[in-house]
Amino acid sequence: MLCEECGKRPATVHVQKIVNGQKSESHLCQECATSKGELNIFLQPFSVNSLLSAMLGAEAADPRAIAVQKGARCSVCGLTYEDFARIGKLGCGNCYEAFQKPLEGLLRRIHGSDRHVGKVPAKGDQGAAARRHLDDLRAQLAGAIQAEEYEKAATIRDMIRDVEKTMR
Amino acid sequence: MLDDILKRSSPDWMDGSGPESDVVISSRIRLARNLKRYPFPHMMTRSSAEPLIAEVKAAVDALNQGGGWGSFEIEHMNDIPALERQVLTEKHLISPQHAQDPAGKAVILRDDEAVSIMVNEEDHLRIQCLFSGLQVQQAYVLANGVDDVLESFLDYAFSAQHGYLTACPTNVGTGMRASVMMHLPGLVATNQAGRVLQAIGKLGVAVRGLYGEGTEAGGNVFQVSNQITLGQAEAEVVNNLLGISGQIIEQERKARMLLVAQAREQLEDRVWRAYGVLRTARVLSSEEALRLWSEVRLGAEAGVIKGLSRKAINELLVVTRPAFLQNLEGREMSQGERDIKRAALVRDRLKTAGL
Repeated sequence: MLCEECGKRPATVHVQKIVNGQKSESHLCQECATSKGELNIFLQPFSVNSLLSAMLGAEAADPRAIAVQKGARCSVCGLTYEDFARIGKLGCGNCYEAFQKPLEGLLRRIHGSDRHVGKVPAKGDQGAAARRHLDDLRAQLAGAIQAEEYEKAATIRDMIRDVEKTMR
Repeated sequence: MLDDILKRSSPDWMDGSGPESDVVISSRIRLARNLKRYPFPHMMTRSSAEPLIAEVKAAVDALNQGGGWGSFEIEHMNDIPALERQVLTEKHLISPQHAQDPAGKAVILRDDEAVSIMVNEEDHLRIQCLFSGLQVQQAYVLANGVDDVLESFLDYAFSAQHGYLTACPTNVGTGMRASVMMHLPGLVATNQAGRVLQAIGKLGVAVRGLYGEGTEAGGNVFQVSNQITLGQAEAEVVNNLLGISGQIIEQERKARMLLVAQAREQLEDRVWRAYGVLRTARVLSSEEALRLWSEVRLGAEAGVIKGLSRKAINELLVVTRPAFLQNLEGREMSQGERDIKRAALVRDRLKTAGL
């Protein structure tokens, strides 16, 4: 495919832009892409934060979400959800709890998930590892019951009870 | 230590000794961490920056004494002159963002440059580990270890639901950005780069230029990194990246072999011309140096130019950067002076490389 700008060189840069819901495509060669500034899409201000703001804008259009968001403010740092939607950054750790509901959808859009399954700090939130282990065990219990493996289920039930005891 | 780092043109992680070094220049793991009792950096006041840095410094002292982690130094960004901050950026030790607006920020460096930690960039801590070639797993092991030591002294912001809490939701969870820096002149020359990169872009991987977010792919150098930090465990992310990198490496090697098999004379011509200019030019711009560097590296890897070590070639990449040059010379220079100095330096380096 030839560059649609100069018509001479092969098109090696394919730009698909979606701005305010309007999609446009262009196919350019390296030189034209550079001179048209298309390769500068990597530069600010088209940053991750702007992208996030755009995503949040779409998020906020949901009428159920609006009710939750109005006046939502983090009690620790004072950031409002509107602020977050504008700058694309949260204010402190507590914001994740303060804005849990609206963040749920956003996190799923970004990562395809809203739940952490990776490393847990050794000291910090010690409950997290135990809680995850419990969830695992409960899932196994349900599976054993469904498979009618009642002895196995009883063993797992005892394990769950033990773990719950350590958490108190 | 800082002075040595600023003048060093060939740190271990760039010496071309790691696995798959014909294509992969380096591997990087970055962990984003925040301290619980402070707001995120962009919400911090000047008065809270200092206590945080003091806490981090205490943790770093522990790293130094802990035995086996190496030798670390912490510096306030304000104490580092603008030019030197630029050099640190060019050497991939801090981000361009961290070099600007140095107030309330710090950087921690290990003497061999394999570990660098930015304090108060977008998050309180950005732990980075660099290894030569394709060594993502090894970089993770080191980053993880350093993270554990720091965490035992600092109170991290973490929740069971969301993992390590970060300023930007795109980093929350593992807070880990794993990336591989690759030289892909073969794919570019055979017009396949766009297609390949687009394809892998659909696999949860992002492609960026030479200096990460917000930069262009100069010198046909691309950084491939994971996108997702939530819902995937660290090991999964690393394996995913290794798998994808493996495929890109294979494609790049095939492309290079294709060039040698089907366009040998043209390849030899462009590569030797590039070498010729580097070896004899008197004025060399940053962009031209980067472009010619890519050709020469391709030539060396394709077996067209023999006798030039990978280390020497990778070194040219660092040495031709504008701030590095000026710092080496000990003063700021105008673009014209830099271009002359760059050409002289390159001629000299290639002469000593024995060709």
